[in-house]
Amino acid sequence: MSSRLLNRMGLLFAALVLVSPAILFFLWMISLSLKFEIDNGAYPPILIPEHFAWSNYAKVFDENNFLLYFWNSVLVTGTATLLALLIGVPAGYGIARLKAERSAVVIMIARMTPGLSYLIPLFLLFQWIGILGTLWPQIIIHLVVTVPIVVWVMIGYFETTPMELEEAANIDGASAWQVFRLVALPIAKPGIVVAFILSIIFSWNNFVFGVVLASRETRTLPVAVYNMLSYEQVSWGPLAAAALVVTLPVLVLTLFAQRQIVAGLTAGAVKGG
Amino acid sequence: MSATTPERAGVTIEAMEGSQPVRLVPNYWPFVVPALVVVGAVIVFPWAFTLWMSVNSWTLGQSRSFAGMENYLRLAGDPRFWESLWHTLTYTFLSVVAPMFFGTLAALIFDARFPLRGLLRAVFVMPMMATPVAVALVWTMMFHPQLGVLNYLLSTVGIPAQEWIFNANTVIPSLVAVETWQWTPLVMLIVLGGLASVPREPFESAEIDGANAWQQFRYLTLPMIAPFLMIAVIIRSIDALKSFDIIYAMTQGGPGTASETINIYLYNTAFSYYDIGYGSAMAVVFFAVIVALSFILLMLRQRSQWIDQEGK
Repeated sequence: MSSRLLNRMGLLFAALVLVSPAILFFLWMISLSLKFEIDNGAYPPILIPEHFAWSNYAKVFDENNFLLYFWNSVLVTGTATLLALLIGVPAGYGIARLKAERSAVVIMIARMTPGLSYLIPLFLLFQWIGILGTLWPQIIIHLVVTVPIVVWVMIGYFETTPMELEEAANIDGASAWQVFRLVALPIAKPGIVVAFILSIIFSWNNFVFGVVLASRETRTLPVAVYNMLSYEQVSWGPLAAAALVVTLPVLVLTLFAQRQIVAGLTAGAVKGG
Repeated sequence: MSATTPERAGVTIEAMEGSQPVRLVPNYWPFVVPALVVVGAVIVFPWAFTLWMSVNSWTLGQSRSFAGMENYLRLAGDPRFWESLWHTLTYTFLSVVAPMFFGTLAALIFDARFPLRGLLRAVFVMPMMATPVAVALVWTMMFHPQLGVLNYLLSTVGIPAQEWIFNANTVIPSLVAVETWQWTPLVMLIVLGGLASVPREPFESAEIDGANAWQQFRYLTLPMIAPFLMIAVIIRSIDALKSFDIIYAMTQGGPGTASETINIYLYNTAFSYYDIGYGSAMAVVFFAVIVALSFILLMLRQRSQWIDQEGK
C-alpha cells in the first residue's frame, strides 16, 4: 500500500513539474499587470509588490478605447459563431448521415490553407465593394475559422447518436427536415455546446484577419492589444493588464467548460487527421 | 442503388436484398449544401483570384499587367524567399518535435490516476486556449535581456544572461519555446484520446510474463497509440507551418530577417509593400509546400496503420 501511495505521489510530482510552466506564466502575467513601473523595472524581479497598481486596468479602458474594441470582438465572434452554428450543425448532420468523406475533406482543406492566402483576394474584394470600414469583412472571414470547427465537432457527435429513433420517425412519414429538427437536434445539444465554445475561443483569439482588415474603429481586442505595443512607449504594467483583459474571457470559459472542451478537442482533432 | 418515390420529395426507398425490410433513406444533401457553398465561396473565389494574380505583375496603386511565370521565376531567384523557407522548415521541425515529446509524456502521466488530476489537467490545457497575441506580449517581456524574469531565473542557477529573441542565433529556438509552451496541450489531448482506447488485457498478460514498465511502453503502448501520434504530428506540422501570430507579435521576422518565415515574408510582401502579384505567387508556393508535407505525413500514417494491423 505504501508503494502505491509513493507511486501516486511520484505521478503528482511529475504532473506538477509539467504544469509549472503554465502556472508560472499566468502568475507572472498577473504580477506584471498589477505592478507600478518601478516594481516592473526592479532587479531582482518582484513577484508580489507592496502596492498593487489597479490603475493599470483603469488605464487600459480609459486611454485605449478598449470598451469599443471589446464590443467589436463580441460582435465579430458572436455573429461568426452563430452563423457557423446555423449552417454548420445541419452540415455536420448531413455529412455524418451520408458518410460523405469527400465533403469532409473540403472542410479540412479550409483548415490547411494559410489564412493569409484568403486575405489578399478578400481584402481587395471588400475594398472594391466598399465595406472595408465595417465589421462585415471580419465577420465573413471569421467563418473560415468557425464553420470548419462546428462542422467537424458535429460530424463526430452525430456519428455517435443512435439512428433507431430517426429511422422510426422516417417510417412514420416525417420529412428529413422534421427528423433533424424534432429528433436529431434535441439529442445533439451537448455536441452543439462543445462546437459553440470551441468556435468562440478560436474566433476570439484570431489576430491575423483583424490586423489586415480592421480599421481604427473596427479593431478587435487582439489587434488593439498589439497596437498598444507599437504606438505607445512600452510601459509593462498597462500592457500586461491589456493582455490579461483580452485573454481572460476565454480562460474563464476554458475553466468552466473544461470537460466539454477536452472531449470536443480530442474527438475533433482525432477526426481531423 | 434505389428507386425514388415521387410522392414524397427528398425521400428514397432503398430495397435491400433478402429478408431485410424496406428502409427509407432521406435525402441529406440539403443539409450539407449551405456549408459547402459558404466554404466554397470563401475558398474557391480566393484561390481562383490568387492563381490569376500570381501570373500578373501588380502593386496596389499601379497598373496591372500580365506577367506569365515571371513572379515564380523571381521567387526561385529570391534569396530572401529561400532563407524564409529554411526558417519555416527549421521552425516547423522543432515545433513538432518538442511538443510531441512533452505532449506524449504529459499524456502518459495524465492517463494514470493521482490526486488533483482533473484540476492539473485543466490548468495544463489553458495555454492553448489563451489568446496568442496576449501570450506573445508577456513572453516578450519575460525575454527582455535586462529586466526579463527568464534571465533572472537563469542567473540563480549560474547560467549567463541570454538575448533570446533579440539575437539572430537564438531567436528561432526562443520562438519555438513559446510555440511549444502553447501547443503541447493539444498533443497531450490527442495522445490521451489514444491511450483511452488502448485495451487493458495485453498489459495484464505482459505483467505476468515479467515485462518491465519500459518494455510495456515500447512494445505495447507505443505501437497501439502510433496512429494517434501520427495524427498529432500531422496537425502540429500544419499549424506550425502556418504559425503567424506569435512570430509576428514578438519579432515581426526580426532581428533583421532572422526569424522571417514564409508566412511573415508573404504578409510583408502583400500588406507592407502591396506587391499583390508577387505575394500571390508566394501564397501558391506556400500552399503547395503545406499540401506536399501533409501528403507525405498522410502516407506515413497509412504505413503506420498498416504496420499496426500487421502487428495484430
